Amino acid sequence: MTDPSPVLEMTGITKQFPAVRALDGVDFRLLPGEIHALLGENGAGKSTLIKVATGVQESDAGTIRLGGVPVRFPAPAAAQAAGISTVYQEVNLCPNLSVAENILIGREPTRAGRIRWKELERQAAELVARFGLDVDVSAPLDAYPLAVQQLVAIVRAAAVQAKVLILDEPTSSLDRQEVTRLFELMRRLRDEGVAICFVTHFLDQIYEVCDRMTVLRGGRVVGEHLVSDLDQGGLVRLMVGRELAELDELADHVRTESAQHTEDAAPALLHAQGTGRRGGIEPFDLEVRAGEVLGLAGLLGSGRTELARLLFGADQADSGTLTVDGEAVTLRSPADAIERGIAFCSEDRKAEGLIPALTVRENIILAMQAARGWIRPVSARQRDELVSQYITALDIRPANPDVLAGQLSGGNQQKLLLARWLITQPRLLILDEPTRGIDVGAKAEIQKLVVSLSDEGMAMVFISAELEEVLRLSHTVGVLRDRRLVATWANGPELGTDQVLSTIASGVHE
Amino acid sequence: MNTVGTETSGTDTATSGASGNEALARLRRAASHRLFWPAVILVGLMLVNLPSTPDYFSIGVRHGHLYGSLINILIFTAPQILVGVGLTLVIATSGIDLSVGAVVAIAGTAACWWVVHASDQNAATTALAAAGIGLAAGLACGAWNGFFVARMGVQPIVATLTLMVAGRGVAQLIGNGQIITVNSSSYALIGGWWGPLPSGILIAAAVVVLTILLTRRTALGMLIEAVGGNAEAARLAGVRATRIKMTAYIFCGFCAAAAGLLLTSNTSSADANNSGLWYELYGILAVVLGGTSLAGGRFHIGGTVLGALVIGTLNNTLFALGVPSQSNLVFEGGVVIVVCLLGSPKFRTKVLNLRPGRRLPVPAAPTTEA
Repeated sequence: MTDPSPVLEMTGITKQFPAVRALDGVDFRLLPGEIHALLGENGAGKSTLIKVATGVQESDAGTIRLGGVPVRFPAPAAAQAAGISTVYQEVNLCPNLSVAENILIGREPTRAGRIRWKELERQAAELVARFGLDVDVSAPLDAYPLAVQQLVAIVRAAAVQAKVLILDEPTSSLDRQEVTRLFELMRRLRDEGVAICFVTHFLDQIYEVCDRMTVLRGGRVVGEHLVSDLDQGGLVRLMVGRELAELDELADHVRTESAQHTEDAAPALLHAQGTGRRGGIEPFDLEVRAGEVLGLAGLLGSGRTELARLLFGADQADSGTLTVDGEAVTLRSPADAIERGIAFCSEDRKAEGLIPALTVRENIILAMQAARGWIRPVSARQRDELVSQYITALDIRPANPDVLAGQLSGGNQQKLLLARWLITQPRLLILDEPTRGIDVGAKAEIQKLVVSLSDEGMAMVFISAELEEVLRLSHTVGVLRDRRLVATWANGPELGTDQVLSTIASGVHE
Repeated sequence: MNTVGTETSGTDTATSGASGNEALARLRRAASHRLFWPAVILVGLMLVNLPSTPDYFSIGVRHGHLYGSLINILIFTAPQILVGVGLTLVIATSGIDLSVGAVVAIAGTAACWWVVHASDQNAATTALAAAGIGLAAGLACGAWNGFFVARMGVQPIVATLTLMVAGRGVAQLIGNGQIITVNSSSYALIGGWWGPLPSGILIAAAVVVLTILLTRRTALGMLIEAVGGNAEAARLAGVRATRIKMTAYIFCGFCAAAAGLLLTSNTSSADANNSGLWYELYGILAVVLGGTSLAGGRFHIGGTVLGALVIGTLNNTLFALGVPSQSNLVFEGGVVIVVCLLGSPKFRTKVLNLRPGRRLPVPAAPTTEA
């Protein structure tokens, strides 16, 4: 081989958890000056491999060589000191500190034990400018949206003269423009000789920015390829281990049916007239019927989530009326909405969905139990039956109701939350970004579920940043822009991504 | 819970080797249980008393009442168990109640004030009304805390700190700055002897059992744990988190009031300055020793009872051994630190080399420890 010698070389990495072997003899190489995609479905072992490489967890077997020298990382600090920087999917910064402090925390310029604040801000501003970011470094980090915070985290990681930079799904909360900016930054770092390991679920991004890839499945390496050697189809086959033709069938299924759907005029299940909330979303009109999927498209921060939260009573509307089954209602709390058969899966699974310290069983039964009230517990038999029924139906892994929910992978957590709501048999299910940050296989399963549930008569609001997904699944498509619902169309073959995109971009619809 | 098999105990002496290892493995598993070290310390403390008090474990009957060191400990600990049980639920919602000591004083003084001002101090109705007033005062204090924490979003430590300070002032106002001494046989009965047993033990046991039934036989326990584990997620799942928190604080106030009645009835006097002094801290210690995390979430009523017993037994032991009372607090702090360290997985892994929750298959050959 004519490969240059790898910066980071991991061989025979094995990691056993109580219930599962997360990594089984994994070999992984990162070359200097490359962007290397680390791929695999949820639970394939990507996160564990990264944790081993960054000293968060130690492997049970295997060796790590950095620049040819065997190393051990008993703690994250050791990996960092050796030149391995990491940016995680969730921003791990201090939102109450300034941008400058966040970038340089731990390596502040000091004089006689005191921090030189001016110098700190100067250095931070220089770094930020070098990476083409336009932020005020003296402002607190939480003055900026999550996407900018993510970029700041990357600046912080890159600022330490890292030899290896690991980016764990940095793009899942970024919009298109921000992703472009991130990629520019990544290419610049690559050209400076940094080895970048890039984890993402967006296949297009791999082909846009990566040089090589390693694919994991079930804790083993199933392929190490040049990106140019493997097309998307081959890659998906490699990741999933089966074909994904099913997805394409879905599109036809909904599209043909949606034409019929608009004809039969079932009365609206939920009807919003002039519903709005100051600072959240401008007043909007909306109708959802039984069996209808209403897709909402729009950029991050366009008001998609805010709209959904009003329909669910998570926030209270301060204008307009909301009717459920033709009856005007005021939703003061989620419990009020649930009583009327409305359910809501938040986009923020960690903060607003999961209760990590409780078991899978308790998490699944929670909404149903809350609706019944504490005095009427679901009997142990009924509960266990329901839980195991939904674990099987949604293929939640591990299929053990006693596992703590926090230990599940992202896709399985999402399925768990779906199970929590499906058990309550809602009439309207609001899904906010249900497929974000989860692997192709789980994504397809969730999309299929949306179709079959709406076939059974459940109304749905489906929110996603992926336009293709919205168009594939929805009967009606709504577009949001700058906290305003600017258009709603009946979906059909004539509605294309271009039209929706131009509406998202311009706010005008013809 | 560790199920220590009973079926093999009879054959332990017959077989060796394999069963020895099994016992070792069982011991390891038991050692990683959250109640193992508190239990060990409790037994250890009791054994410390044996040389100086050979009849430490014996319980006799005198004048129709049970007596003995253990009974004394239980009488002394009963009010602390009551306070601890209430605190457990509050802490499980990821809250805290620093005002329990003050509530103990308020409830006790309010009840005694009523007795003193009654036309017939000895009437049963006087005692009942006094108890009702004391408990109502506790409920009101709990509702006050709950209102600020659950409805107004004040941080629990701040909201209850104000009542901790102001509450003792309220108690002093009720008692007019004096110790109220009551002369009521019926009020004395509340904290006196009910048949052969002291009422404190019966009341504490009843509250413990009822609380366990109330939280574990209904869904209340799970909903409390959900709120404590992630309040926003619980709210979005339809849990009425505000109500749950409110309930926990009110229940905690009720428990503290019950403790206040016990204490004042026991001594037939209410001392607003000292009644329930430090109870908030002993209560928190008991909860923590019992394995409930201060971060909220999972709670263990039984653990809290064990924690309170450790503290009570420690106090009793120090007294019995004639340790000067000014060093009590130092000893208490020391024991708590030791128990917490032994219970910490990090400490065990690093220092004792006992891996937490490790469930290895029992090796066939005797283990060779390097």
